[in-house]
Amino acid sequence: MVGLLHTIEIAIGATCLGLLIGIGGAYGKLYGGPVVRDLLAVYTTVVRAVPELVLILLLYYAGTDLINQVLAAVGYQRIDISGLAAGIAVLGFVQGAYSTEVIRGAILAIPQGQIEAARAYGMSPGLLLRRITLPAMLPFAIPGLANLWLIATKDTALLAVVGFYELTLATRQAAGVTKAYLTFYLAAGAIYLLVTLVSNLIIGRIEARARRGMPSLKEAR
Amino acid sequence: MAGEAAIINAAARTSLWLQPHRIVLILIALGLVLAAAFFMRWDWLPQYYAAGLLGIWRALWILAVTCVLGFLLAVPLGLAQAAGPFWFAAPAKVFCTIIRGTPLLLQLWLLYYGLGSLFPQYPWIRESWMWPYLRQAWPYGVLALTLSFAGYEGEVMRGAFAGVPKGQIEAARAFGMSRWKAFRRIWLPQAFYRALPTLTGETVLQLKSTPLVATISVIDIFAVSSKVRQDTYLTYEPLLLLALIYMAITGILVFAFGRIEARIPNKIG
Repeated sequence: MVGLLHTIEIAIGATCLGLLIGIGGAYGKLYGGPVVRDLLAVYTTVVRAVPELVLILLLYYAGTDLINQVLAAVGYQRIDISGLAAGIAVLGFVQGAYSTEVIRGAILAIPQGQIEAARAYGMSPGLLLRRITLPAMLPFAIPGLANLWLIATKDTALLAVVGFYELTLATRQAAGVTKAYLTFYLAAGAIYLLVTLVSNLIIGRIEARARRGMPSLKEAR
Repeated sequence: MAGEAAIINAAARTSLWLQPHRIVLILIALGLVLAAAFFMRWDWLPQYYAAGLLGIWRALWILAVTCVLGFLLAVPLGLAQAAGPFWFAAPAKVFCTIIRGTPLLLQLWLLYYGLGSLFPQYPWIRESWMWPYLRQAWPYGVLALTLSFAGYEGEVMRGAFAGVPKGQIEAARAFGMSRWKAFRRIWLPQAFYRALPTLTGETVLQLKSTPLVATISVIDIFAVSSKVRQDTYLTYEPLLLLALIYMAITGILVFAFGRIEARIPNKIG
């Protein structure tokens, strides 16, 4: 059960971090200067082309090592980075690349006039982002972001490989101790499935709310 | 004339692409690569060269086999969901939901540790011709990856089958084609064309899940890099090279599928 809690914590943390990176990345890709745009293009391409497992290993070791070296250079003692924080950071970094693309597409789908009108009203960029861009892009972004959330819950299983104690690793240990492999793996599968199905319900609600006032998909077809 | 125009066009595109800041960025990237080449340790490369190539070959082989088998499985799954009666569509839907709702790593471990631990209990399995295969790890890896690909692709094919206009199939039937012939000549090719762009993405995703089989002791390129890391106590070099290899394979895959996509007739629906 601790494993399940860790799984959900990481998934939520990684998705939130990924969303922040995604919003920043999408803004950079759309409105940034040429250098920022190229760097972001490299970031999203590389992260989406390399297997998550390899990225997790690379970032997990490189990230902790880097932080420790920086701390040592500044003169602090080495710290042990908790698996939770490292897991969230690594998965968030991966999720950020995907959500950058989703959010960029969603912002492009907003009718241009809405943003121009907001600018004409003299809104500051921050206010514009908060009041117009984010709410207006939400209905376009939610299907993609929902997929990302589901991927995040399943990607947490990969952290078992670097030895982080979450649902899959907990299952493996429990199964190894009791020798009842099939039972434990089936149970863990059921738990993951349950998480997915419950999230689907919640996402449906959120999407219905975000789309309020818009023509429904069935009518538009 | 046409050739000249094409050359000029290409030159114009290159000069558009090679803006000053890009040149600077490329130089910085080259500098990073050179620094990596000089300041990191690569002396282990010759020793593991052969193993690495074998690992790449295995990864590609697993990728090809699971994609083909998974696609063959996905067609009936998609068809059952798109057009089948309830008692046919419901199991297919449940299968797709279960596969898509659980992590691949868990499916893999369930098959390998779970099923794999069941088999030795039955003597008749141990004596059958399948036993030499069931004792190895790779059949479980291939099975898990195939089922996973079928689950994701079945959902894609459902949409593709449902997206083919009804008139096309009705016209085929009106021409006197049998149901099977109409399916083979009209419905399946059109659905396939529709699914092709998604298929590219799914294949790349499948490539990115192949390293998971290393966790059940199949020696693919990922397992080779882990072995290098254990043998030499190097952390970054093997992983960086591994990332580069996967990026290269992804690039080749995307390019190849792009060529196939360019060949299909693009006026559908």
